[in-house]
Amino acid sequence: MKFNQFVKGGLAAVMAMGMMACSNSGGSATTTTEPTGGDAALKLGFSGPLTGDASVYGLAVQHAVEIAVEEINAGEGVKFVVNAQDDMADPEKAVSAYNALMDWGMQVSLLTVTSGAGQAAAPQYQKDNMFGITPSASSTAVIYADAENSANPYGSVFQMCFTDPNQGTASAAYLKKHAELGTKVAVIYRSDDNYSSGIYNTFMAEAEKEGLEVVSTAAFVNADTDYSVQVKQAADAGAEIVFLPIYYQPASQILVEANKQGFKPVFFGCDGMDGILSLDNFDKSLAEGLYMLTPFSADATDEKTQNFVKKYQEKFGEVPNQFAADAYDCVYAIKQAADAAGVTADMSTADITAAMVAQFTSMTFDGITGTSMKWSKTGEVSKDPKAVVIQNGAYVGVED
Amino acid sequence: MAFLSYLISGLGLGSVYAIIALGYSMVYGIAKMLNFAHGDVIMVGAYVSFFAMTLAGLPFVVSALAAVVICTMLGMTIERLAYKPLRQASSLAVLITAIGVSYFLQNAAQLLWGSDTKIYPTILAGAVSLFGGQLSISYLTIVTILTCILIMVVLILFINKTKTGKAMRACSEDKGAATLMGINVNQIISITFAIGSGLAAIAAVLLCATYPSVYPTLGSMPGIRAFTAAVFGGIGSIPGAFLGGLLLGVIETMAKAYISTQLSDAIVFAVLIVVLLIKPTGLLGRKISEKV
Amino acid sequence: MKFIKALWNPKLRSRTISYLVVVAAYILLQVMMATGNLSRLFTSLLVPVTAYTVAAIGLNLNVGISGELNLGQAGFMSIGAFTAVVVSALLEGAGVGALLRLAICIATGALMAAVMGWLISIPVLKLRGDYLAIVTLAFGQIIMSLINNVYVGLDPKGLHFAFVTNTIQMEPGGKLLISGPMGATGVSTASTFTAGFLLILIALAVVYNLMYSRNGRAIMASRDNRIAAESVGIKVSQAKTLAFVTASCLAGAAGALYALNYSSFAATKFDFNNSILLLVYVVLGGLGNMTGTVIATALLVVLPEMLRFLQNYRMLIYAIVLIVIMLVSNNEYLRLKMQQLKTKLTRKKGAPANE
Repeated sequence: MKFNQFVKGGLAAVMAMGMMACSNSGGSATTTTEPTGGDAALKLGFSGPLTGDASVYGLAVQHAVEIAVEEINAGEGVKFVVNAQDDMADPEKAVSAYNALMDWGMQVSLLTVTSGAGQAAAPQYQKDNMFGITPSASSTAVIYADAENSANPYGSVFQMCFTDPNQGTASAAYLKKHAELGTKVAVIYRSDDNYSSGIYNTFMAEAEKEGLEVVSTAAFVNADTDYSVQVKQAADAGAEIVFLPIYYQPASQILVEANKQGFKPVFFGCDGMDGILSLDNFDKSLAEGLYMLTPFSADATDEKTQNFVKKYQEKFGEVPNQFAADAYDCVYAIKQAADAAGVTADMSTADITAAMVAQFTSMTFDGITGTSMKWSKTGEVSKDPKAVVIQNGAYVGVED
Repeated sequence: MAFLSYLISGLGLGSVYAIIALGYSMVYGIAKMLNFAHGDVIMVGAYVSFFAMTLAGLPFVVSALAAVVICTMLGMTIERLAYKPLRQASSLAVLITAIGVSYFLQNAAQLLWGSDTKIYPTILAGAVSLFGGQLSISYLTIVTILTCILIMVVLILFINKTKTGKAMRACSEDKGAATLMGINVNQIISITFAIGSGLAAIAAVLLCATYPSVYPTLGSMPGIRAFTAAVFGGIGSIPGAFLGGLLLGVIETMAKAYISTQLSDAIVFAVLIVVLLIKPTGLLGRKISEKV
Repeated sequence: MKFIKALWNPKLRSRTISYLVVVAAYILLQVMMATGNLSRLFTSLLVPVTAYTVAAIGLNLNVGISGELNLGQAGFMSIGAFTAVVVSALLEGAGVGALLRLAICIATGALMAAVMGWLISIPVLKLRGDYLAIVTLAFGQIIMSLINNVYVGLDPKGLHFAFVTNTIQMEPGGKLLISGPMGATGVSTASTFTAGFLLILIALAVVYNLMYSRNGRAIMASRDNRIAAESVGIKVSQAKTLAFVTASCLAGAAGALYALNYSSFAATKFDFNNSILLLVYVVLGGLGNMTGTVIATALLVVLPEMLRFLQNYRMLIYAIVLIVIMLVSNNEYLRLKMQQLKTKLTRKKGAPANE
């Protein structure tokens, strides 16, 4: 046996032992918060990108869940014990993460943080009849097996966020209604991203129907660092409005580039734009006059939002974004449903799922990302997107 | 006029690629390894200069120097710990270790500094206006291109005129013979990594000044693009890396401007393939002569 | 008995070990599953492990046996995977059962990837060394970028295609199979561990038969010394093309197996990082060593899952483990010590050292 073979034999043995060791414990639980009450706690699990490129979203959700569960466990009613698994925003890893959660004995779930991961995990939820509500996986393919026709819903999977097509339609309708902002629209979107191209496709279809004048469309991909061409194309086409159905990090770069080129249209974004003001070292004056449709604003004055934002800042040193807010709402919505249905940790998963689905399709929920939220049987949420504009470095509500 | 303006932003992007490619190409020429962790050294440089400016309040030039010093040290440490023990191993083994180092740096950065984007402070705002305001070239683009040319000239002089430079060339020709001539090959490789990482820091500062976002995986895409640029120009050749970088930047920008923003990636790589089919060792690469 | 001895002769030994390892692992895992000793997490990893193993075996043929650094293997997996999605939907419409559907999908995925591999090999194999590597990387990126912009729909009238923007207008009952960056959604799964296991055996059989054939010796001769090989009449480019096409064919089969295991995946899954990971499996397993590839792939796919208890530190630790494994397995001192130990052991047994 050569040395190489020896090492490999050793590796194989280690692996086999590892598999045996893990096969019974089913991976280790990531317990973030132990309940203090006497009753057994409901096992709440989710997966999200806790490492890698998209980890900013996964970590935001993880932080918000931690705060919500801490509050809930300190109060009356149902208690939770949380398990967060890393899926790196990857469909394959999301299925593994789901199975790790099932090995742990998950009873209710926040599904996944990102859409691609959610699309792969959702069919498993249907198969196992497991209840889940995702804070931020906004693709229709997360709740429908046939996403194109919005048909064959999975049934036990719900969303706290708007679906992507919904946002595209709402944005087009808003721009049509508010012609005073401008009539010539340019779109810059990310073509290799589920979220962005999802909104883009419905926006374009709706714009055609509504008769919006789209003067230029440009795309970029994750690998791009330079946005000068896309911005210049929009400027050369004489755009008065630039629609940015993208997340706030590339959006901030587009604002910087537009400023460099002296191009000053009205920028318009969706819920992914939220977070732009809390970017470290961002020149907020660049975002002045930026419109966005977002269900959450960290500047809102209601008590719930202020309490959440304060706690989040104290604990994690940053302003929570919309991912965090949606996750915070998810946990409270689950609590409300579980309390109303009298769900306890010793019930079977099938009973818990049935009770939760019955509650979610009938209850009304007030959270920090909207009030009087309702869910359809297919899992889609109905709440009002709030249009806000950034003035003096803060969100200001505007009329719909 | 639009064409000129695209050309200039292409040159700006290209010169950033070129500086990264110079570091890549140098290390490849001497150590004969594809250093996939190079892009992540850039990322570290970006964070160092960012914190030097925002937390310590240092001026831009001082923070750039700090980044150069720290990246140089980092590069030498990586070389000492992860690459040097593999000097006798196959080049693929080193490649895999480099990938391990790359994962390590990215994850360490995420844990240390968080995963959200940080916006790099504005450096050198303003632009030169030409043709009655129809064409504007930002000072930053000019500085980037000039820095790039300066670095290239200094590197060429260094390699051709100094004793260390000559030793480097000897190592890249034939390590065994270089050792017999009394050259400390290990030391030369260390110096190469130090220079390459120092260049990475300069690239980081210019990259972030032009595209002001700093995040843990910042270096991976420019790293791959620079690798492409280095091969494009003829890997191991310093003027080749410069030319390859500039051309890659211009092609990318032009592909976006005139063909398709969705498919620019595919177009850039298709051009690369065509060029390599015509010139199989890159634009300025040396012909490989084969012996039995 | 004679037959078994023949299997153990030095020429066939490595091949026998490969099959034994794979079969033993399969039996062990089946027993563990049957007795309920395998957690859901590890059960769900079985199919992806087999898929990556098949792709890595193909890559090892390319990198280890043929000596060409290929940085685009994931691209061929991608071709196989998306072909399988479309074929699977067509077959499902025709009412074909799951097993047959899987078999046909793997076959067509492999075929598509082989055809693409052949087309790509024409320019690729004109180049040498790192220039060849970068062109395979480029093709990998191009394939990903193109598939990211492809829309394929299926309705009663048949297949519809669109590029860049989704312009497909479908009749009622139509279904979008591949939807640009959203990737494939709603795939009805069919892959099983047994199918993956059989595919590994087939891949091993293909590679070993090639390795020990006249063509295989030609491939290795071209790797070791191109000019010398040419001078004895070996058609080097033909030999290398054969290796490259076989490698992409196996990647395509692996992609199809992978595709029918997940109900949704996107083209970005098969990016440069994935190609690099496959390369890591191959290098860690040992160039040209197929048993090593099988073991290394299983180990490295499972490792990050086993590190889940480290929470947010797991990828950091994974990186360190990767570096340490490379440093240890290439350490001259340890290698020497091991050889001494081995000589001692064999001497005690009274058998002469023969390696």
